[in-house]
Amino acid sequence: MNSNRRQFLGLALGGPALAATAVSARGSEPTTKTSAHFVILGAGAAGTALANRIASRFDGAKVTIIDARKAHYYQPGFTLIAAGLKPADYSVSTTAEWLPRNLEWIEEAAAEIDPEGKSVTTTSGKKVAYDYLLVATGLRLNYEGIEGMSLDLIGKDGIGSVYAGPDYAAKTWEEMNRFTDKGGVALFSRPATEMKCAGAPLKYAFLTDDYMVRKGTKSKSKVIYAAQNKGFFSVPIVSEKVRMLFEERKIDYTFDHVMKKIDPARKIATFATPEGDKEIGYDFTNVIPPMVAPDVVKNSPLAWQSGPWVDQGWAEVDKGTLRHVRYPEIFAVGDIAGVPKGKTAASVKWQVPVALEQMAAQIEGKESTVKYDGYTSCPLITRIGRAMLVEFDYKNNLTPSFPGIIAPLEELWISWLMKEIALKATYNAMLRGKA
Amino acid sequence: MKELTFETLIAVFEEIFGRGLFWAMVAVAAIVTLAYLFVLIRDRSVSWKKFLLAQLSMPFGGIAAVLFVQKVTRSDFNDIGGPVDVFVLLGVGLVGAIGLAILVYTLQSLLRPPQDA
Repeated sequence: MNSNRRQFLGLALGGPALAATAVSARGSEPTTKTSAHFVILGAGAAGTALANRIASRFDGAKVTIIDARKAHYYQPGFTLIAAGLKPADYSVSTTAEWLPRNLEWIEEAAAEIDPEGKSVTTTSGKKVAYDYLLVATGLRLNYEGIEGMSLDLIGKDGIGSVYAGPDYAAKTWEEMNRFTDKGGVALFSRPATEMKCAGAPLKYAFLTDDYMVRKGTKSKSKVIYAAQNKGFFSVPIVSEKVRMLFEERKIDYTFDHVMKKIDPARKIATFATPEGDKEIGYDFTNVIPPMVAPDVVKNSPLAWQSGPWVDQGWAEVDKGTLRHVRYPEIFAVGDIAGVPKGKTAASVKWQVPVALEQMAAQIEGKESTVKYDGYTSCPLITRIGRAMLVEFDYKNNLTPSFPGIIAPLEELWISWLMKEIALKATYNAMLRGKA
Repeated sequence: MKELTFETLIAVFEEIFGRGLFWAMVAVAAIVTLAYLFVLIRDRSVSWKKFLLAQLSMPFGGIAAVLFVQKVTRSDFNDIGGPVDVFVLLGVGLVGAIGLAILVYTLQSLLRPPQDA
């Protein structure tokens, strides 16, 4: 796994010198002969990468992908758009351009999954039978989960929301730009649910703070980060580093605060805390909604039946094999997978080959030892021009790809360069099944 | 795919610059390199006078490359955070310096071939 990761980041670095050590002649990829029908739910990062990989991994397979969305979003770019560093169209492409030609694309959303009868029903009532089902629906931003919040508020009265989409990220930048011109109280938080890229709320707090410093408005301002539990990041050593940076930058913080209500007229956010509700006023805030599984999975037998994720509805898969615990011909990849870590594009890159090899072994009647170890990576931007390349796994171990060269907890220019230049290229190559 | 293959690397570079620009840049680099080899073989010796001017151009190439990278990535010298960043900076400068030196030498040789050749 480690050499694999080094190769991936060698790519991301775009540094031929570093990558060259890992370059080898194209090995002959094994193929498995099968006439199985693979159905993929969702044509986002995970679904698209799967579609392109299945085509080359399985000989004779039929592949159907079900997704109504015509636009494909490069979501790691949203933070850059919301920081005024990239235009809104930086993250936008079309679903069609990434999909392989020899696949059936049903341009509808899935409405129902029947794992007993092995079929999926679309919104128009079309029934699609499958031999293997790959659930890659992504997740749903539950803005209704915060009372008073709605998408039309984004971009005015001090309200931003980076996650909502490229246009909303651009509106968030307009509002953040206006705010940092004059200064005031900037309030940042994150939901208590699982979420995609848990580093993004921190990045955006750092970027807003950086703009205030550059514009000379920091001295008359206050930046508050309200964490949802007792840490800033699920990996303790990273959380501690973030605390040190917050103190260095004079960013105030508080723990156990979960936003439940927002009052745009009064510019006050209400948080649920162990001591009851608390109100915090703001001049600018980045609202991050609770994140849950889309209804088609949440209301299906695929969702977790007990434990902390019952409300959130993620697919109950084995965290190593990504195979569903009750339906062995179902796999979940990407944000929808009910695993403890890894709702990022980097995780998708590591999960896709695991799901493929597990399916191949299943078809061949063997057992695969290929497992997902929870690897994910987060170029945690700490200001424009610097980032920390944080990589970790299920066990909260740091898993640096270049130990001794790129330190994970150091703010480095090279880590920024990777995020700024090379990550989108690597992401696109991943979509095409080439990285 | 477990291995980082040459094909993968090409795919990533195509994505960074766009397929057209990437291959155009490869073509320009190849043409300049070929032209450089051509003048070396044609003249059968290195012209030290031309080489001197080429060397004098190196700092400009190096600085231009660094400023170009900083401009497109919205960063500056303050962002250097550790030793690895210094190496990246030097590497970018070195590539720019050598690239411009080869270009300057080749252009001089093509425009003003040796009189006694």
